[in-house]
Amino acid sequence: MQLDVSNFVPASDEEKQSLVTMRDSIGFWKDGLHRLRKNNVAMISLVVIVIVMVLAFIVPSFYPYDYKEQIRGNENLAPMGYSVKEQASIDSGDFVFPHFLGTDNLGRDLSVRIMMGSKISLLVGIIASAIIMMIGSIYGAVAGYFGGRADQIMMRIVDMIYTVPDLLIIILLIATLKYPLKDLANTNPAFAWINTVGVGLICIFIVFALLYWVGMARQIRSQILSLKEQEYVTAARALGASHARIIRKHLLKNCIGLIIVTTTLQIPSAIFTESFLSFIGLGVSAPMPSLGSLAATALGGITSYPHRLLAPSIMISLIILSFNLFGDGLRDAFDPKLKN
Amino acid sequence: MGNYIFKRVFYAILTLAVVITITFFLMYLIPGGPFLAEKAPSQATLDAMNAKYGLDKPLIVQFKNYIVNMLQGDFGPSIKQRGRTVVQIISSKFPVSARVGGLSVAVALLLGIPLGSFAALYRGKWIDKAINFISTFGIAVPSFVISTVLVIIFSINLKWLPTFGLTSPLHYIMPVIAIAFYPTAYISRLMRSSMLDVLGQDYMRTARAKGLSPFKQLFKHALRNAILPIVTYLGPMIAYTLTGSFVVERIFTIPGLGNEFISSITNRDYPMVMGTTIFLAAFIVLLNVVVDIVYKLVDPRIKYQ
Repeated sequence: MQLDVSNFVPASDEEKQSLVTMRDSIGFWKDGLHRLRKNNVAMISLVVIVIVMVLAFIVPSFYPYDYKEQIRGNENLAPMGYSVKEQASIDSGDFVFPHFLGTDNLGRDLSVRIMMGSKISLLVGIIASAIIMMIGSIYGAVAGYFGGRADQIMMRIVDMIYTVPDLLIIILLIATLKYPLKDLANTNPAFAWINTVGVGLICIFIVFALLYWVGMARQIRSQILSLKEQEYVTAARALGASHARIIRKHLLKNCIGLIIVTTTLQIPSAIFTESFLSFIGLGVSAPMPSLGSLAATALGGITSYPHRLLAPSIMISLIILSFNLFGDGLRDAFDPKLKN
Repeated sequence: MGNYIFKRVFYAILTLAVVITITFFLMYLIPGGPFLAEKAPSQATLDAMNAKYGLDKPLIVQFKNYIVNMLQGDFGPSIKQRGRTVVQIISSKFPVSARVGGLSVAVALLLGIPLGSFAALYRGKWIDKAINFISTFGIAVPSFVISTVLVIIFSINLKWLPTFGLTSPLHYIMPVIAIAFYPTAYISRLMRSSMLDVLGQDYMRTARAKGLSPFKQLFKHALRNAILPIVTYLGPMIAYTLTGSFVVERIFTIPGLGNEFISSITNRDYPMVMGTTIFLAAFIVLLNVVVDIVYKLVDPRIKYQ
């Protein structure tokens, strides 16, 4: 055995330096965003979401066809088909914007209707999630912070709302609130916007505000319960901070990661519920299209025009899937427990 | 334990009471009553029908009458389907939905649990990736999309399966798949993460060190512990199956309770809507209580509140 003396010489400073692994400390956001960017699936979903949003919000304003516009003679065109009138104008040299997905049985261009439908679905999802986030996080924070009797009572209420089969109540509420809301819209001019937005949508929002915030409240509450034992909370209280200030500035701020993730994951389930309700016929009212109602009306012509059913179905699935995957990616990126 | 059961049952009944009250008063927000959907009958006819169905008494009295009758098992006659009582209709339609729903639950459990376990056992290999992909897909796609795609592929293009009704065993295939898709995907994900947790535990190492066969390791130790989160999911899954049936029954024209519920709302058949809502709500709430009790029995670590 040959022992090399030089292997046993004390290490020089440079060699010691190579063993020290120190990373610069990055902030919470930069760290999370960095992890998010490395997640390929999440990034692809983000791209899909952005594309869908552009299609839904921006493109319809520039599109030559309106979603309500019923053009006589254009009924039931196949994808990329032209009606007799349009064919005549093409032959005479004019340019007619193609119907990428054809038209429906009233002559309305299907692609722009699908884009409007996506816009409605996205709006419902985002606004409903915002409502849920606000109600749920405040409720959960208050319950978790104050603890004791107040917490018990608030959680009992949450449990009861949780047990109620929500879809049943939604359907019931929508079916019944339609009429008083319509009356309100017709009699009181201040509420005239109800008619344009559609009574079904308002009912959906009301029901979401009443029933769906409980999941978020539970999560925020458990997070707050563990956070409120931290020293900075005790310090703040010792310095005389009011309860509201502590909740706002210290506790909820540290929950932002959880809030963002839960809200992002709430959007697809809101969209799911809305399309489900529109499919049964209880969502937005005609002529405003929703992806669910487009699918429902296409069900009748399923043998002759399958594209009318496949297009909105694929669109809904795409939206829900990409939001789910992005939300999962966010959760993986910002969950401190998974930090390696 | 008895205290816990009592509390759960108490809250279940309380929730049901709230649901019944809400439903009752909501139905009366609808103007026009159940008889004005047809051609407007004369005022005398209207009065006579109102008197017959007790719709002219003050609201509170109607409510009291309803509750009293309900406790005796009488949910009143159906206003739109003359000659049949609500109880008759429910008892003829519910078994249909129960069959389809029960099959879906069975399929979801029988497929989801093994798939999730395999994904966990062969973590990282292609089978895990494949199962992950399908399950992510499965929880995103709504049930009506799946139903319609199934109908297009299997009924219209391939002509293998019948589309409407429920007369032969073949008829059950597509509705059951449509309803079971989401729960299967969800359960396989849940099972996978739960199994991963369990497989990393020390007692699994002990079992392996003891020389137990992989079969015994899996079934006697891993599966029993990993299955607990699935038991908690049973409650929401049953609720989902019931509500999922609304859409699937419509698409496949299955004469079940979900289809009936939606029709009776559009027809403004008050007694039918009330009866169905109460029945479905009671079913879901009671099943949740049963599942909670089973969970406490199965996992002794949970502290009773």
